[in-house]
Amino acid sequence: MKKLLLGTCLLASPAFAQGELKVYHWFEYIPQELVDKFQAETGITVTIDTFDSNESMLASLKAGRLGQYDVAVPADFMVGIMANDGMLDSFTPEEMPNLGNIEPQWMDVPFDAGRKHSIPYQWGSTSFSVNRDVYQGDISSLATLFDPPAELRGKINVLDSQNEVLILGSLYLGIPQCTQDRDQLRALNDMLLAAKPHWASFGSDIAKDVLVSGDAAAGMIYNGFSAKARAEGANVEYVYPKEGHVVWMDNVVLLKDAPNRDNALKFMNFLLDPVNAAAVTNYAAYTAGVTGVAPYLDEAIKTSPENNPPEGITPGVFAQACDEETQKLYDAIWTNLKK
Amino acid sequence: MAGGDDSWRPLAPRLLIPTWVVIGLFSLLPVILMAVYSFLTKEFRGGVIWDFTLAAYDQFFIDRGLFGDEPARLEWTYINIFGRSLLQAAICTALCLVVGFPTAWFIATRPARTRAVWLFLITIPYWVNLLIRTVSLKFLIRDNGPLNEALMSIGLTSGPLPLVNTNLAVQLGLFYSYLPFMVLPIYAAVERYNFALSEAAADLYASRWTTLREIVLPVVKPGIIAGCILVFVPALGAFLAPDLLGGAKTFMIGSLIEEQFKGSQGNWPFGAAVSMILLTLVLIALIFYARTAAREGAR
Repeated sequence: MKKLLLGTCLLASPAFAQGELKVYHWFEYIPQELVDKFQAETGITVTIDTFDSNESMLASLKAGRLGQYDVAVPADFMVGIMANDGMLDSFTPEEMPNLGNIEPQWMDVPFDAGRKHSIPYQWGSTSFSVNRDVYQGDISSLATLFDPPAELRGKINVLDSQNEVLILGSLYLGIPQCTQDRDQLRALNDMLLAAKPHWASFGSDIAKDVLVSGDAAAGMIYNGFSAKARAEGANVEYVYPKEGHVVWMDNVVLLKDAPNRDNALKFMNFLLDPVNAAAVTNYAAYTAGVTGVAPYLDEAIKTSPENNPPEGITPGVFAQACDEETQKLYDAIWTNLKK
Repeated sequence: MAGGDDSWRPLAPRLLIPTWVVIGLFSLLPVILMAVYSFLTKEFRGGVIWDFTLAAYDQFFIDRGLFGDEPARLEWTYINIFGRSLLQAAICTALCLVVGFPTAWFIATRPARTRAVWLFLITIPYWVNLLIRTVSLKFLIRDNGPLNEALMSIGLTSGPLPLVNTNLAVQLGLFYSYLPFMVLPIYAAVERYNFALSEAAADLYASRWTTLREIVLPVVKPGIIAGCILVFVPALGAFLAPDLLGGAKTFMIGSLIEEQFKGSQGNWPFGAAVSMILLTLVLIALIFYARTAAREGAR
């Protein structure tokens, strides 16, 4: 089957030899003007398909779509998983002239030491926001979500994302990620079950809209998404909780068997240009991992409280990829929560 | 074929080949794939390993506690999810029937010219994608949406009626989504109904109720049953309405299956097994119906 597909690709490739690029990207995460600019500069036709979670992207690539896309945009832990599964191609520094533009702190990351498969796209954080018109009290703790004050009960939206809910829950209880300690896991399970009656809904793509519309008065959310909610008129405050928060970085990876490897490298190099990285940041309201973007950023993005946490906050943690046996326990807790 | 030319008959098996190819490719093959996958071993984070096992069905029916080391008991989690979905689908079917039958009757009894207009009106909302219609419904019923604003402004309620993220909202979404699947088959049956039968019944002093029960219903029954099946089966697997209107707080059969393929659990065999169990239940219900119908036909 694979050979057949490969054969079809080879047969088809001469017709499009100069000019194709297949991108597998998050929903609503790249400004169309930037895609147009790349097409104008290089003459390469860009096709973008979108996904809505790291897991669905992995599932789709595993189900036979590897070899159809050139680049994808997985989060940190997913880069590690894909690299381990041999789904990524590597490039040399010579193939990526702008590699030096990556901020030093994002160069030697644990999920891709020395940046052989991936480049930073945007990074940000996940915690929660509260509508200050509804509740003016103390919101410095994750208890706002997991043991909410009376004013917020029944008005909380929670991300429909196993990883983020379970990690924030673990931070709240002060237990490590990927633990196999039964008492800790049972405590996490019980805490979530006790919190659930206070939540109005689970939803990721609706996280911003429910805050803007007033359906929810508080919600688990990504920092850029919360900034957008504020820009759309909701009086929401994004919190860097005292127990910690989740940090993530989305990365552009070079996929194995990329049908247009050269074009993929051009695209990745293009995204490392500070002007272009800033264009993505201005659109998505997160933070680029590229040096020299500051002059090109919109003032509102540069100074937003969502992107500029106050001094002395508890540092965020990256999601860890648990091993299979441990993951099973977390899956069971999630199913138990949603049954 | 009034001329009685039967020369095409020997060709029939060959002429049917395209039909068999379509049925095989789009109906049988997917079901067989699903059945096979449900017996395979789950690969970590999606995908399957080609080792045959009953693990997926074991996970569905047997509960060994959160950590898998307690004595085996019957697992209620998934049975409850099925029960909840069955109940929702049954209520939805009953509501659609109660509203759909009079609607279909009304349309079928209009003059032929206006009938087409009424049917056209029924289909108009369905030109829009289901997702968009479901989201729009949510906009209408949310706490500060037009429905609640209207209720409060005429003084019927003092605060917003909590509709969104409730089972009532889910039911409303399902009912709205599947109503035409009930109206159209019943309309087709009523349209063929010979109204002289009703007149004859009236002449013989049958009350309206008796006419409906003894004459109309038996004649249009196939349409009603087709409508019920067309509403019940998709409502059983629906996940848009529960997710968007119900707040996705609890799994329904549809969202449970979706999570196995798209969510972080990546458990394809379990997703396939849940689908197989759903398919089996629907099949049993349909066979039961077919046998009852056959028995009544023979009577």
